[in-house]
Amino acid sequence: MMAHLPDRRKFFGRLLAGAGAMALAGCDKLSHSETFTKILSAGESLSHNAHRLLSTRKSMAQEFSEADLSPSFRSNGTSSPNSPDYHAMAKNGFADWTLEVGGLVEKPLKFNLAQIQQMPSRTQITRHDCVEGWSAIGKWKGTPLHEFLSLVKPKPEARFVVFYCADPMKADGTNFYYESIDMDDAYHAQTILAYALNDETLPIKNGAPIRLRVERMLGYKQAKYLTRIELVESFDHIAGGKGGYWEDTGYEWYAGI
Amino acid sequence: MSAKANVEIIYRHRLPIRIMHWTNVICFTILLMSGLNIFNAHTSLYFGKSSYNGKPAVLEIKAMQTSSGELKGVTSIFGYQFNTTGLLGASAGSDGKLVARAFPSWSTIPGPKWLSMARHWHFFFAWLFVINGVCYVTYAFITKHVQRDLAVTKQDRATIWQSIKDHIRFKHDTGEDAKRYNVLQKIAYLSVIFILLPLVILMGWAMSPFLNSLLPGWIDLFGGRQSARTIHFIVAWLLVGFVFIHVFQVIITGLWNNLRSMITGYFKIESSHAENK
Repeated sequence: MMAHLPDRRKFFGRLLAGAGAMALAGCDKLSHSETFTKILSAGESLSHNAHRLLSTRKSMAQEFSEADLSPSFRSNGTSSPNSPDYHAMAKNGFADWTLEVGGLVEKPLKFNLAQIQQMPSRTQITRHDCVEGWSAIGKWKGTPLHEFLSLVKPKPEARFVVFYCADPMKADGTNFYYESIDMDDAYHAQTILAYALNDETLPIKNGAPIRLRVERMLGYKQAKYLTRIELVESFDHIAGGKGGYWEDTGYEWYAGI
Repeated sequence: MSAKANVEIIYRHRLPIRIMHWTNVICFTILLMSGLNIFNAHTSLYFGKSSYNGKPAVLEIKAMQTSSGELKGVTSIFGYQFNTTGLLGASAGSDGKLVARAFPSWSTIPGPKWLSMARHWHFFFAWLFVINGVCYVTYAFITKHVQRDLAVTKQDRATIWQSIKDHIRFKHDTGEDAKRYNVLQKIAYLSVIFILLPLVILMGWAMSPFLNSLLPGWIDLFGGRQSARTIHFIVAWLLVGFVFIHVFQVIITGLWNNLRSMITGYFKIESSHAENK
Protein backbone atom coordinates (compact mmCIF):
# COMPACT_ATOMS: atom_id res chain seq x y z
CA MET A 1 0.00 0.00 0.00
CA MET A 2 2.66 2.49 1.10
CA ALA A 3 4.65 2.01 -2.07
CA HIS A 4 1.75 3.31 -4.11
CA LEU A 5 1.33 6.46 -2.09
CA PRO A 6 3.90 8.66 -3.84
CA ASP A 7 2.46 7.55 -7.20
CA ARG A 8 -1.02 8.41 -6.08
CA ARG A 9 0.10 11.76 -4.77
CA LYS A 10 1.88 12.49 -8.05
CA PHE A 11 -1.24 11.45 -9.93
CA PHE A 12 -3.49 13.77 -7.93
CA GLY A 13 -0.93 16.55 -8.20
CA ARG A 14 -0.90 16.21 -11.97
CA LEU A 15 -4.67 15.93 -12.09
CA LEU A 16 -5.00 19.20 -10.14
CA ALA A 17 -2.39 21.00 -12.24
CA GLY A 18 -4.05 19.72 -15.42
CA ALA A 19 -7.50 20.79 -14.30
CA GLY A 20 -6.13 24.20 -13.33
CA ALA A 21 -4.45 24.71 -16.70
CA MET A 22 -7.65 23.69 -18.47
CA ALA A 23 -9.73 26.11 -16.39
CA LEU A 24 -7.28 28.93 -17.20
CA ALA A 25 -7.33 28.15 -20.92
CA GLY A 26 -11.13 28.17 -20.62
CA CYS A 27 -11.06 31.63 -19.04
CA ASP A 28 -8.88 32.93 -21.86
CA LYS A 29 -11.25 31.45 -24.43
CA LEU A 30 -14.21 33.08 -22.67
CA SER A 31 -12.40 36.43 -22.76
CA HIS A 32 -12.56 36.25 -26.56
CA SER A 33 -16.25 35.26 -26.65
CA GLU A 34 -18.58 38.10 -27.52
CA THR A 35 -21.52 36.68 -25.56
CA PHE A 36 -19.46 36.07 -22.44
CA THR A 37 -17.85 39.51 -22.42
CA LYS A 38 -21.32 40.99 -22.82
CA ILE A 39 -22.36 39.10 -19.68
CA LEU A 40 -19.26 40.34 -17.83
CA SER A 41 -20.05 43.93 -18.79
CA ALA A 42 -23.16 43.64 -16.62
CA GLY A 43 -20.72 44.55 -13.86
CA GLU A 44 -20.15 47.94 -15.50
CA SER A 45 -23.88 48.72 -15.81
CA LEU A 46 -24.46 47.63 -12.21
CA SER A 47 -21.69 49.91 -10.96
CA HIS A 48 -22.86 52.83 -13.12
CA ASN A 49 -26.47 52.52 -11.96
CA ALA A 50 -25.52 51.97 -8.33
CA HIS A 51 -23.33 55.06 -8.38
CA ARG A 52 -26.11 57.11 -9.95
CA LEU A 53 -28.53 55.92 -7.27
CA LEU A 54 -26.08 56.74 -4.48
CA SER A 55 -25.18 60.20 -5.60
CA THR A 56 -26.48 63.36 -7.12
CA ARG A 57 -24.91 65.02 -10.17
CA LYS A 58 -23.32 67.46 -7.74
CA SER A 59 -21.18 65.31 -5.44
CA MET A 60 -17.69 66.83 -5.38
CA ALA A 61 -14.36 65.12 -5.86
CA GLN A 62 -11.93 65.56 -2.98
CA GLU A 63 -9.73 68.65 -3.19
CA PHE A 64 -6.28 68.76 -1.64
CA SER A 65 -3.79 71.27 -0.26
CA GLU A 66 -0.57 72.50 -1.85
CA ALA A 67 1.33 70.17 0.52
CA ASP A 68 -0.19 67.17 -1.26
CA LEU A 69 0.99 68.19 -4.75
CA SER A 70 3.05 65.59 -6.62
CA PRO A 71 6.59 66.95 -7.17
CA SER A 72 6.12 66.57 -10.91
CA PHE A 73 2.89 65.66 -12.62
CA ARG A 74 3.68 62.66 -14.79
CA SER A 75 2.66 62.52 -18.40
CA ASN A 76 0.74 59.51 -19.63
CA GLY A 77 -0.54 58.41 -23.02
CA THR A 78 0.63 60.94 -25.62
CA SER A 79 3.42 63.19 -24.36
CA SER A 80 3.99 64.99 -27.67
CA PRO A 81 1.38 64.70 -30.43
CA ASN A 82 2.65 63.11 -33.64
CA SER A 83 1.28 65.95 -35.79
CA PRO A 84 3.19 68.72 -37.66
CA ASP A 85 0.11 71.00 -37.51
CA TYR A 86 0.08 70.76 -33.75
CA HIS A 87 3.75 71.59 -33.38
CA ALA A 88 3.45 74.53 -35.77
CA MET A 89 0.77 75.98 -33.49
CA ALA A 90 2.79 75.20 -30.35
CA LYS A 91 5.75 77.16 -31.79
CA ASN A 92 3.47 80.15 -32.08
CA GLY A 93 2.25 79.89 -28.48
CA PHE A 94 -1.08 78.47 -29.73
CA ALA A 95 -2.09 81.94 -30.99
CA ASP A 96 -3.74 80.32 -34.05
CA TRP A 97 -5.36 77.53 -32.09
CA THR A 98 -9.15 77.53 -31.78
CA LEU A 99 -11.69 75.44 -29.94
CA GLU A 100 -14.92 74.77 -31.75
CA VAL A 101 -18.04 74.03 -29.69
CA GLY A 102 -20.89 72.72 -31.82
CA GLY A 103 -23.20 69.82 -32.56
CA LEU A 104 -26.63 69.83 -30.93
CA VAL A 105 -26.50 73.46 -29.79
CA GLU A 106 -28.49 76.60 -30.63
CA LYS A 107 -25.43 78.72 -31.30
CA PRO A 108 -22.14 77.01 -32.33
CA LEU A 109 -19.11 79.09 -31.35
CA LYS A 110 -15.36 79.20 -31.82
CA PHE A 111 -12.98 80.31 -29.07
CA ASN A 112 -9.32 81.19 -29.11
CA LEU A 113 -7.00 80.75 -26.15
CA ALA A 114 -7.07 84.41 -25.06
CA GLN A 115 -10.89 84.42 -25.05
CA ILE A 116 -11.00 81.26 -22.94
CA GLN A 117 -8.52 82.71 -20.44
CA GLN A 118 -10.73 85.79 -20.02
CA MET A 119 -13.76 83.70 -19.06
CA PRO A 120 -14.52 82.95 -15.36
CA SER A 121 -12.06 80.40 -14.07
CA ARG A 122 -11.84 77.75 -11.39
CA THR A 123 -8.68 76.49 -9.67
CA GLN A 124 -8.68 73.07 -8.04
CA ILE A 125 -6.11 70.70 -6.52
CA THR A 126 -7.30 67.24 -7.38
CA ARG A 127 -6.11 63.68 -7.67
CA HIS A 128 -5.69 62.07 -11.06
CA ASP A 129 -6.37 58.32 -10.87
CA CYS A 130 -5.07 56.28 -13.78
CA VAL A 131 -6.89 53.09 -14.74
CA GLU A 132 -3.53 51.34 -14.30
CA GLY A 133 -3.62 52.06 -10.57
CA TRP A 134 -1.37 55.04 -9.89
CA SER A 135 -2.44 58.51 -8.69
CA ALA A 136 -0.89 61.96 -8.96
CA ILE A 137 -2.07 65.24 -7.42
CA GLY A 138 -2.00 68.45 -9.44
CA LYS A 139 -3.34 72.01 -9.32
CA TRP A 140 -5.46 72.86 -12.34
CA LYS A 141 -6.82 76.18 -13.50
CA GLY A 142 -9.34 76.45 -16.29
CA THR A 143 -12.75 77.49 -17.52
CA PRO A 144 -15.71 75.45 -16.26
CA LEU A 145 -17.37 73.61 -19.13
CA HIS A 146 -20.79 74.94 -18.05
CA GLU A 147 -19.59 78.45 -18.98
CA PHE A 148 -19.22 77.28 -22.59
CA LEU A 149 -22.53 75.43 -22.48
CA SER A 150 -24.42 78.50 -21.30
CA LEU A 151 -23.05 80.40 -24.32
CA VAL A 152 -23.77 77.77 -26.98
CA LYS A 153 -27.12 76.66 -25.44
CA PRO A 154 -27.43 72.86 -25.78
CA LYS A 155 -30.55 71.53 -27.49
CA PRO A 156 -32.78 69.31 -25.32
CA GLU A 157 -31.82 66.18 -27.26
CA ALA A 158 -28.10 66.56 -26.43
CA ARG A 159 -27.09 63.68 -24.14
CA PHE A 160 -23.30 63.52 -24.40
CA VAL A 161 -20.40 65.89 -24.88
CA VAL A 162 -17.66 64.55 -27.18
CA PHE A 163 -14.10 65.89 -27.01
CA TYR A 164 -11.86 65.65 -30.09
CA CYS A 165 -8.10 65.86 -29.66
CA ALA A 166 -5.04 66.78 -31.72
CA ASP A 167 -3.05 63.62 -30.94
CA PRO A 168 -3.21 60.77 -33.45
CA MET A 169 -2.94 57.37 -31.77
CA LYS A 170 -1.62 55.55 -34.84
CA ALA A 171 1.93 56.00 -36.16
CA ASP A 172 0.56 56.99 -39.60
CA GLY A 173 -1.03 60.10 -38.08
CA THR A 174 -4.64 58.84 -37.98
CA ASN A 175 -7.06 57.63 -35.30
CA PHE A 176 -7.20 60.75 -33.15
CA TYR A 177 -7.83 60.50 -29.41
CA TYR A 178 -11.36 61.35 -28.34
CA GLU A 179 -13.56 61.00 -25.28
CA SER A 180 -17.14 61.56 -24.16
CA ILE A 181 -19.00 62.38 -20.94
CA ASP A 182 -22.67 62.66 -20.03
CA MET A 183 -24.53 65.90 -19.25
CA ASP A 184 -24.29 65.34 -15.47
CA ASP A 185 -20.52 65.48 -15.69
CA ALA A 186 -20.63 68.25 -18.31
CA TYR A 187 -22.46 70.60 -15.91
CA HIS A 188 -20.46 69.50 -12.84
CA ALA A 189 -18.71 72.37 -11.03
CA GLN A 190 -15.29 70.67 -11.18
CA THR A 191 -15.45 69.86 -14.89
CA ILE A 192 -13.10 72.39 -16.41
CA LEU A 193 -11.11 72.98 -19.57
CA ALA A 194 -7.70 73.50 -17.97
CA TYR A 195 -4.98 75.74 -19.39
CA ALA A 196 -2.67 75.84 -16.34
CA LEU A 197 -1.03 73.14 -14.23
CA ASN A 198 0.67 73.93 -10.90
CA ASP A 199 0.48 77.72 -11.59
CA GLU A 200 2.22 77.42 -14.96
CA THR A 201 1.03 77.29 -18.56
CA LEU A 202 -0.14 73.74 -19.29
CA PRO A 203 2.92 71.89 -20.67
CA ILE A 204 2.75 69.93 -23.93
CA LYS A 205 3.28 66.64 -22.10
CA ASN A 206 0.12 67.30 -20.04
CA GLY A 207 -2.14 68.39 -22.93
CA ALA A 208 -1.40 71.98 -24.04
CA PRO A 209 -3.05 74.29 -24.77
CA ILE A 210 -6.27 72.93 -23.22
CA ARG A 211 -7.27 69.65 -21.65
CA LEU A 212 -10.38 68.31 -19.97
CA ARG A 213 -10.57 67.70 -16.22
CA VAL A 214 -13.56 65.61 -15.17
CA GLU A 215 -12.61 64.83 -11.61
CA ARG A 216 -14.88 61.94 -10.63
CA MET A 217 -13.60 59.81 -13.51
CA LEU A 218 -10.42 57.85 -14.24
CA GLY A 219 -7.49 59.30 -16.16
CA TYR A 220 -8.46 58.16 -19.64
CA LYS A 221 -11.49 60.50 -19.59
CA GLN A 222 -9.20 63.53 -19.11
CA ALA A 223 -8.75 64.22 -22.85
CA LYS A 224 -5.70 66.34 -23.77
CA TYR A 225 -4.90 68.63 -26.75
CA LEU A 226 -8.58 69.57 -27.30
CA THR A 227 -9.56 70.92 -30.71
CA ARG A 228 -13.31 70.49 -30.92
CA ILE A 229 -16.30 69.80 -28.68
CA GLU A 230 -19.49 68.31 -30.05
CA LEU A 231 -22.80 67.75 -28.29
CA VAL A 232 -24.50 64.61 -29.52
CA GLU A 233 -27.49 62.41 -28.83
CA SER A 234 -25.46 59.23 -29.31
CA PHE A 235 -21.82 58.43 -30.07
CA ASP A 236 -22.56 55.23 -32.02
CA HIS A 237 -21.44 56.85 -35.28
CA ILE A 238 -18.12 58.22 -33.97
CA ALA A 239 -14.92 56.18 -34.56
CA GLY A 240 -15.38 52.72 -32.97
CA GLY A 241 -18.77 53.75 -31.55
CA LYS A 242 -17.91 53.16 -27.88
CA GLY A 243 -17.49 56.81 -26.92
CA GLY A 244 -13.71 57.07 -26.59
CA TYR A 245 -10.34 55.90 -27.83
CA TRP A 246 -9.77 53.47 -24.95
CA GLU A 247 -13.44 52.49 -24.86
CA ASP A 248 -13.08 51.36 -28.48
CA THR A 249 -10.32 48.97 -27.36
CA GLY A 250 -12.46 47.41 -24.60
CA TYR A 251 -12.32 49.73 -21.58
CA GLU A 252 -15.56 50.71 -19.84
CA TRP A 253 -17.32 53.88 -20.98
CA TYR A 254 -18.28 54.46 -17.36
CA ALA A 255 -14.93 55.41 -15.84
CA GLY A 256 -16.04 56.18 -12.26
CA ILE A 257 -14.51 52.95 -10.93
CA MET B 1 -9.17 4.24 18.63
CA SER B 2 -11.34 1.58 20.20
CA ALA B 3 -12.53 -1.33 18.10
CA LYS B 4 -16.09 -0.62 19.12
CA ALA B 5 -16.18 2.60 17.15
CA ASN B 6 -19.63 3.99 16.51
CA VAL B 7 -20.32 5.76 13.27
CA GLU B 8 -22.78 8.58 13.35
CA ILE B 9 -23.87 10.57 10.32
CA ILE B 10 -24.92 14.14 10.99
CA TYR B 11 -26.38 16.78 8.67
CA ARG B 12 -23.78 19.48 8.96
CA HIS B 13 -24.24 22.13 6.25
CA ARG B 14 -27.59 23.23 4.90
CA LEU B 15 -28.14 23.65 1.16
CA PRO B 16 -28.00 27.49 1.04
CA ILE B 17 -24.71 27.45 2.96
CA ARG B 18 -23.26 24.87 0.57
CA ILE B 19 -24.28 26.85 -2.51
CA MET B 20 -22.93 30.10 -1.05
CA HIS B 21 -19.67 28.39 -0.04
CA TRP B 22 -18.92 27.18 -3.58
CA THR B 23 -20.05 30.48 -5.14
CA ASN B 24 -17.53 32.10 -2.84
CA VAL B 25 -14.79 29.70 -3.97
CA ILE B 26 -15.38 30.59 -7.63
CA CYS B 27 -15.66 34.34 -6.97
CA PHE B 28 -12.59 34.51 -4.74
CA THR B 29 -10.43 32.57 -7.19
CA ILE B 30 -11.43 34.78 -10.11
CA LEU B 31 -11.16 37.99 -8.09
CA LEU B 32 -7.66 37.07 -6.93
CA MET B 33 -6.40 36.12 -10.38
CA SER B 34 -8.00 39.01 -12.27
CA GLY B 35 -6.75 41.28 -9.47
CA LEU B 36 -3.18 40.12 -10.11
CA ASN B 37 -3.64 40.92 -13.80
CA ILE B 38 -4.83 44.43 -12.85
CA PHE B 39 -1.82 44.80 -10.53
CA ASN B 40 0.43 43.92 -13.49
CA ALA B 41 -0.64 47.19 -15.17
CA HIS B 42 1.17 49.18 -12.47
CA THR B 43 3.49 47.04 -10.42
CA SER B 44 4.22 49.28 -7.44
CA LEU B 45 2.36 49.89 -4.19
CA TYR B 46 2.53 53.02 -2.07
CA PHE B 47 1.26 54.48 1.18
CA GLY B 48 -0.38 57.89 0.89
CA LYS B 49 -2.87 59.92 -1.12
CA SER B 50 -0.93 59.68 -4.38
CA SER B 51 1.81 57.55 -5.93
CA TYR B 52 4.10 60.52 -6.43
CA ASN B 53 4.51 62.25 -3.10
CA GLY B 54 8.28 62.22 -2.83
CA LYS B 55 8.29 58.90 -0.95
CA PRO B 56 9.45 55.63 -2.52
CA ALA B 57 7.11 52.72 -3.23
CA VAL B 58 6.71 50.16 -0.44
CA LEU B 59 6.59 47.29 -2.92
CA GLU B 60 7.88 47.20 -6.44
CA ILE B 61 8.06 44.26 -8.83
CA LYS B 62 9.98 44.89 -12.01
CA ALA B 63 12.17 43.38 -14.69
CA MET B 64 15.76 44.46 -15.20
CA GLN B 65 18.31 43.58 -17.84
CA THR B 66 21.48 41.87 -16.64
CA SER B 67 24.86 42.82 -18.14
CA SER B 68 24.64 39.74 -20.37
CA GLY B 69 21.30 40.99 -21.72
CA GLU B 70 19.07 38.51 -19.91
CA LEU B 71 15.92 39.48 -18.06
CA LYS B 72 15.97 39.42 -14.28
CA GLY B 73 12.91 39.70 -12.04
CA VAL B 74 13.45 41.97 -9.05
CA THR B 75 11.06 42.44 -6.14
CA SER B 76 11.74 45.28 -3.69
CA ILE B 77 9.98 45.52 -0.34
CA PHE B 78 10.73 48.67 1.68
CA GLY B 79 13.88 49.06 -0.41
CA TYR B 80 15.17 45.51 0.15
CA GLN B 81 15.72 43.82 -3.20
CA PHE B 82 15.17 40.15 -3.94
CA ASN B 83 15.91 38.25 -7.13
CA THR B 84 12.59 36.64 -8.04
CA THR B 85 13.32 35.63 -11.64
CA GLY B 86 10.96 32.91 -12.85
CA LEU B 87 8.12 33.92 -10.53
CA LEU B 88 7.89 37.70 -10.00
CA GLY B 89 9.08 40.38 -12.40
CA ALA B 90 10.17 38.03 -15.15
CA SER B 91 8.55 34.68 -15.88
CA ALA B 92 8.07 32.26 -18.75
CA GLY B 93 5.88 33.49 -21.58
CA SER B 94 3.88 31.32 -23.99
CA ASP B 95 7.07 30.23 -25.81
CA GLY B 96 8.88 29.37 -22.57
CA LYS B 97 11.22 32.39 -22.78
CA LEU B 98 11.37 34.93 -19.97
CA VAL B 99 9.13 37.96 -20.40
CA ALA B 100 8.77 41.03 -18.19
CA ARG B 101 5.63 40.58 -16.08
CA ALA B 102 5.03 41.16 -12.36
CA PHE B 103 2.84 38.13 -11.63
CA PRO B 104 3.27 35.15 -13.98
CA SER B 105 0.61 34.43 -16.59
CA TRP B 106 -0.44 31.16 -14.92
CA SER B 107 -1.58 33.18 -11.90
CA THR B 108 -3.67 35.75 -13.77
CA ILE B 109 -7.05 35.95 -15.52
CA PRO B 110 -6.82 36.42 -18.42
CA GLY B 111 -3.36 34.89 -18.93
CA PRO B 112 -1.88 37.64 -21.12
CA LYS B 113 -1.44 41.23 -19.90
CA TRP B 114 -4.89 42.61 -20.67
CA LEU B 115 -6.03 45.26 -18.22
CA SER B 116 -9.44 46.07 -19.72
CA MET B 117 -10.49 42.41 -19.80
CA ALA B 118 -9.16 41.75 -16.29
CA ARG B 119 -11.29 44.67 -15.06
CA HIS B 120 -14.40 43.22 -16.70
CA TRP B 121 -13.82 39.88 -14.92
CA HIS B 122 -12.95 41.59 -11.64
CA PHE B 123 -15.99 43.86 -11.44
CA PHE B 124 -18.51 41.23 -12.57
CA PHE B 125 -17.32 38.74 -9.96
CA ALA B 126 -16.97 41.49 -7.36
CA TRP B 127 -20.70 42.14 -7.68
CA LEU B 128 -21.48 38.41 -7.42
CA PHE B 129 -19.13 38.13 -4.44
CA VAL B 130 -20.74 41.05 -2.58
CA ILE B 131 -24.30 39.85 -3.30
CA ASN B 132 -23.34 36.34 -2.18
CA GLY B 133 -21.74 37.76 0.96
CA VAL B 134 -24.78 39.85 1.86
CA CYS B 135 -27.03 36.80 1.35
CA TYR B 136 -24.73 34.70 3.54
CA VAL B 137 -24.60 37.16 6.43
CA THR B 138 -28.38 37.73 6.31
CA TYR B 139 -29.07 33.99 6.17
CA ALA B 140 -26.53 33.20 8.88
CA PHE B 141 -28.11 35.68 11.29
CA ILE B 142 -31.73 34.75 10.53
CA THR B 143 -31.08 31.01 10.97
CA LYS B 144 -28.98 31.80 14.06
CA HIS B 145 -25.97 30.08 12.44
CA VAL B 146 -23.77 32.94 13.64
CA GLN B 147 -25.18 33.03 17.16
CA ARG B 148 -25.27 29.24 17.60
CA ASP B 149 -22.25 27.96 15.69
CA LEU B 150 -19.82 30.86 15.31
CA ALA B 151 -20.17 33.00 18.42
CA VAL B 152 -17.29 32.48 20.86
CA THR B 153 -18.67 31.24 24.18
CA LYS B 154 -17.28 31.49 27.70
CA GLN B 155 -16.29 27.85 27.47
CA ASP B 156 -14.47 28.58 24.19
CA ARG B 157 -12.47 31.32 25.79
CA ALA B 158 -11.33 28.94 28.51
CA THR B 159 -10.09 26.44 25.92
CA ILE B 160 -8.08 28.77 23.67
CA TRP B 161 -4.71 27.68 25.01
CA GLN B 162 -5.62 24.00 24.78
CA SER B 163 -6.91 24.53 21.25
CA ILE B 164 -3.68 26.20 20.16
CA LYS B 165 -1.67 23.27 21.56
CA ASP B 166 -4.00 20.79 19.80
CA HIS B 167 -3.63 22.58 16.47
CA ILE B 168 0.16 22.66 16.72
CA ARG B 169 0.20 18.91 17.34
CA PHE B 170 -2.37 18.34 14.53
CA LYS B 171 -4.63 16.74 17.12
CA HIS B 172 -8.17 17.28 15.99
CA ASP B 173 -11.51 17.02 17.66
CA THR B 174 -13.37 13.71 17.59
CA GLY B 175 -16.71 12.45 18.80
CA GLU B 176 -19.04 15.05 20.30
CA ASP B 177 -16.39 17.78 19.98
CA ALA B 178 -16.22 17.29 16.20
CA LYS B 179 -19.86 18.38 15.94
CA ARG B 180 -18.91 21.93 16.88
CA TYR B 181 -16.38 24.41 15.58
CA ASN B 182 -13.41 24.76 17.90
CA VAL B 183 -12.45 28.17 19.23
CA LEU B 184 -9.60 28.86 16.78
CA GLN B 185 -11.84 27.83 13.91
CA LYS B 186 -14.53 30.23 15.14
CA ILE B 187 -12.06 33.09 15.47
CA ALA B 188 -10.70 32.41 11.97
CA TYR B 189 -14.17 32.32 10.40
CA LEU B 190 -15.38 35.39 12.29
CA SER B 191 -12.30 37.43 11.34
CA VAL B 192 -12.65 36.49 7.69
CA ILE B 193 -16.41 37.13 7.54
CA PHE B 194 -16.58 40.30 9.63
CA ILE B 195 -13.14 41.91 9.26
CA LEU B 196 -11.10 40.83 6.24
CA LEU B 197 -13.88 40.50 3.66
CA PRO B 198 -15.60 43.81 4.53
CA LEU B 199 -12.17 45.47 4.53
CA VAL B 200 -11.14 44.14 1.13
CA ILE B 201 -14.49 45.30 -0.32
CA LEU B 202 -14.24 48.74 1.31
CA MET B 203 -10.69 49.22 0.00
CA GLY B 204 -11.93 48.24 -3.45
CA TRP B 205 -14.58 50.97 -3.24
CA ALA B 206 -11.95 53.40 -1.97
CA MET B 207 -10.15 53.12 -5.30
CA SER B 208 -13.20 54.35 -7.25
CA PRO B 209 -12.88 58.09 -7.95
CA PHE B 210 -16.66 58.41 -8.14
CA LEU B 211 -17.27 56.71 -4.77
CA ASN B 212 -14.63 59.05 -3.31
CA SER B 213 -16.93 61.95 -4.13
CA LEU B 214 -19.84 60.62 -2.04
CA LEU B 215 -18.12 61.85 1.11
CA PRO B 216 -14.92 63.65 0.06
CA GLY B 217 -11.99 62.64 2.19
CA TRP B 218 -13.44 59.42 3.65
CA ILE B 219 -10.56 57.39 2.23
CA ASP B 220 -8.07 59.50 4.19
CA LEU B 221 -9.21 57.48 7.23
CA PHE B 222 -7.21 54.67 5.64
CA GLY B 223 -4.34 56.91 4.54
CA GLY B 224 -5.58 57.89 1.07
CA ARG B 225 -6.21 56.14 -2.24
CA GLN B 226 -2.78 54.61 -2.68
CA SER B 227 -2.85 53.26 0.87
CA ALA B 228 -6.25 51.77 0.05
CA ARG B 229 -4.76 50.02 -2.99
CA THR B 230 -1.96 48.64 -0.82
CA ILE B 231 -4.37 47.48 1.92
CA HIS B 232 -6.59 45.86 -0.75
CA PHE B 233 -3.53 43.92 -1.94
CA ILE B 234 -2.39 42.89 1.56
CA VAL B 235 -5.85 41.76 2.68
CA ALA B 236 -6.25 39.74 -0.51
CA TRP B 237 -3.08 37.82 0.41
CA LEU B 238 -4.24 37.42 4.03
CA LEU B 239 -7.36 35.80 2.60
CA VAL B 240 -5.16 33.54 0.48
CA GLY B 241 -3.35 32.63 3.72
CA PHE B 242 -6.70 31.76 5.29
CA VAL B 243 -7.61 29.59 2.29
CA PHE B 244 -4.31 27.69 2.55
CA ILE B 245 -4.79 26.96 6.27
CA HIS B 246 -8.46 26.13 5.68
CA VAL B 247 -7.67 23.64 2.90
CA PHE B 248 -4.80 22.17 4.94
CA GLN B 249 -7.16 21.59 7.88
CA VAL B 250 -9.75 20.09 5.54
CA ILE B 251 -7.15 17.63 4.25
CA ILE B 252 -5.72 16.53 7.60
CA THR B 253 -9.11 16.16 9.30
CA GLY B 254 -10.47 13.91 6.56
CA LEU B 255 -10.55 15.26 3.02
CA TRP B 256 -13.43 13.17 1.67
CA ASN B 257 -15.57 13.44 4.77
CA ASN B 258 -15.19 17.23 4.85
CA LEU B 259 -15.67 17.58 1.12
CA ARG B 260 -18.79 15.40 1.23
CA SER B 261 -20.24 17.53 4.01
CA MET B 262 -19.84 20.66 1.88
CA ILE B 263 -21.38 18.93 -1.18
CA THR B 264 -24.16 16.72 0.20
CA GLY B 265 -24.32 18.18 3.69
CA TYR B 266 -23.61 14.89 5.49
CA PHE B 267 -20.66 14.49 7.81
CA LYS B 268 -19.52 11.22 9.38
CA ILE B 269 -18.46 11.19 13.02
CA GLU B 270 -16.66 8.24 14.51
CA SER B 271 -16.90 7.99 18.23
CA SER B 272 -15.94 5.23 20.61
CA HIS B 273 -17.39 4.42 24.00
CA ALA B 274 -13.98 4.92 25.50
CA GLU B 275 -14.08 8.53 24.45
CA ASN B 276 -17.49 9.25 25.86
CA LYS B 277 -17.08 11.35 28.93
